[in-house]
Amino acid sequence: MTQSTAPILKRLLSGTQPHHLRSWFRPITHMPRPGSDTTRPVSPITNNGTPTPVTLIPGDGIGPLVTGAVEQVFNAIQAPVIFEKFEVHGDMNKIPDEVMDSIRKNKVCLKGGLVTPVGGGVNSLNVLLRKELDLFVSVVNCFSLPGLVTRHEKVDIVVIRENTEGEYSGLEHEVVPGVVESLKVITKFCSERIAKYAFEFAHLNDRKTVTAVHKANIMKLADGLFLESCREIAKKYPEITYNEIIVDNCCMQLVSKPEQFDVMVTPNLYGNLVANTAAGIAGGTGVMPGGNVGTEYAIFEQGASAGNVGKPSMVEKKRANPVALLLSSAMMLRHLQLPDYADRLETAVKRVIYEGKYRTKDLGGSSTTQEVTDAVISALT
Amino acid sequence: MARRTQSILKQLLNRHPPPLSTTSRSVTYMPRPGDGAPRTVTLIPGDGIGPLVTGAVEQVMEAMHAPIYFEKFDVHGDMKTIPTEVLDSIRRNKVCLKGGLNTPMGGGVSSLNVQLRKELDLYASLVNCFNLPGLVTRHENVDIVVIRENTEGEYAGLEHEVVPGVVESLKVITKFCSERIAKYAFEYAYLNNRKTVTAVHKANIMKLADGLFLESCREIASKYPSIKYNEIIVDNCCMQLVSKPEQFDVMVTPNLYGNLVANTAAGIAGGTGVMPGGNVGADHAVFEQGASAGNVGKQKFVERKTANPVALLMSSAMMLRHLQFPSFADRLENSVKRVILEGKYRTKDLGGNSTTQEVVDAVIGKLG
Repeated sequence: MTQSTAPILKRLLSGTQPHHLRSWFRPITHMPRPGSDTTRPVSPITNNGTPTPVTLIPGDGIGPLVTGAVEQVFNAIQAPVIFEKFEVHGDMNKIPDEVMDSIRKNKVCLKGGLVTPVGGGVNSLNVLLRKELDLFVSVVNCFSLPGLVTRHEKVDIVVIRENTEGEYSGLEHEVVPGVVESLKVITKFCSERIAKYAFEFAHLNDRKTVTAVHKANIMKLADGLFLESCREIAKKYPEITYNEIIVDNCCMQLVSKPEQFDVMVTPNLYGNLVANTAAGIAGGTGVMPGGNVGTEYAIFEQGASAGNVGKPSMVEKKRANPVALLLSSAMMLRHLQLPDYADRLETAVKRVIYEGKYRTKDLGGSSTTQEVTDAVISALT
Repeated sequence: MARRTQSILKQLLNRHPPPLSTTSRSVTYMPRPGDGAPRTVTLIPGDGIGPLVTGAVEQVMEAMHAPIYFEKFDVHGDMKTIPTEVLDSIRRNKVCLKGGLNTPMGGGVSSLNVQLRKELDLYASLVNCFNLPGLVTRHENVDIVVIRENTEGEYAGLEHEVVPGVVESLKVITKFCSERIAKYAFEYAYLNNRKTVTAVHKANIMKLADGLFLESCREIASKYPSIKYNEIIVDNCCMQLVSKPEQFDVMVTPNLYGNLVANTAAGIAGGTGVMPGGNVGADHAVFEQGASAGNVGKQKFVERKTANPVALLMSSAMMLRHLQFPSFADRLENSVKRVILEGKYRTKDLGGNSTTQEVVDAVIGKLG
């Protein structure tokens, strides 16, 4: 008798739903507005289900493909969000005024990708947008997705990167023909607010450690100033462990022992590289969510888009990975204080990844964007 | 009957693992008369684990009876400048082997490592990151050489506080320096039978600075039509390094990106404890650990004497080739690789628990 009951008992104990998804232990990431630690500002976003307008910028290349995926999924869950779509392309001189007005009115935007032409005189529109709206924080959450086999395990890193100054300020000039000077500006004001945001984030999301990434042994004044600001703010959060790491050692530790990192706060350039490296080890830029946030506005986009936006081969074969933007839109739903929809969306996406049947090429599968989107829609409960 | 013989044949084939291709080499180097005269090499043990690993090199050189004399000098990271006698020695000998110099953080002392490179105009830093046979890592088929501009760029150290709370740091890129590093990279690829040179940049954001770097690379590339040239943006490069490192061959980069890319590449291929490298200029060459990411001052390595000597041993093999003693270089490298392959004597960063001395003894024991 025991022989026939054993398999039945086993099945009962194992449950029907995969264990990982039933009790997903990674705490939900709230990307708070800066300063929300004390009292939450009264947001103009209504809570009672009336549809909220959100600006949507599909962008270039694979942008329209993945934002289309988000629109379809939002329709399916009937989220109370209305998208105001605008056409912006990377080779425009600046962002059109109507787009800026819309973002200023709605306070929240979802963006595909804008291709920045290499060389030439056109400034990057991505950078312009961040400067105009003073989105001084870029958050990228890199974590291992259950079911997606990568070379590194137990990765759960949040990279908080200063978004407005540093090496990417774009202040360059040719002193004499053949000699170019590029200015890297670090200010106490910006370093302080990014450090404050990082510790606030860690505090609100139950994170234990904040690591500052720097190269202060060579750039003593610039990164030294950054470090001082971080240390000052660290004193106000005694329950959070604070440590510092030189950026080249950090890169090496990331690829050998990524589980030691939790929240990382970095200046602009290092943050770009560290975020992309962390995204690469945890599954690729196709799956990492992220966003840019300032005191008043927030733009959600793919966490670390390392130059894949303009790849024509992906556009033609319609094989872009929508997972990153879907997870970012889940972060956006939480930002809009609609956590229930966010949870449903995230759970569905994670289930699709876990099952492994519908995966785009960068995850080792062969599905198209549309197939993955359909799978997510059907996995919605 | 066929079934039995099949298993016997399989056994015969599997018994002898493929030998290291370099061990069965029988190339004859025909020296010029007088080539065997001992060469003097400046040796700077340095701080922290430096003396430990340079001591290892000295022992191995003695065991091989290599025609090398070491002129040892005591330099520490907290000195203000490199002593003149040391610089004179290097200028005289043209070749130097260095442990590591600890750079104090903050404060007013500039890095002695950087000073040394600037004084001697060592404009190219070379790090060779490759998978060692027998050392299991998460990435396979890695064989990347990172050639990094060493004198200008972000590490020029030109900073000043404009007003209290605002610091400006200058990143200078010149056509002259970009051209010579590009020339070196293509020359290296040509002389070492490498197929591809990849330029790493961020010219979509830093259009003028990295744009100038790219232009120089493109110009030089047109003179080497047999070598493939391509460009990659640095953040995409970092991501590709951790997902598909086998696509990279030789990479040429400006100063800052080179530092990060070299350390990332070293990390994926086995760690900074095993990657050889050096700094070379038109007249001088300084060999040291390829990518030493801040481990120089780590106290516990010094105390427990578990620093990994492999990187400096491989760098000294590169130095022996530079001095035109290729046969000694081959012997040294082969015995180091054999020790790693066997896996019995490995320091902590490779997953074992031997001390530096044990690894050195194993290498000496394997010298053929």
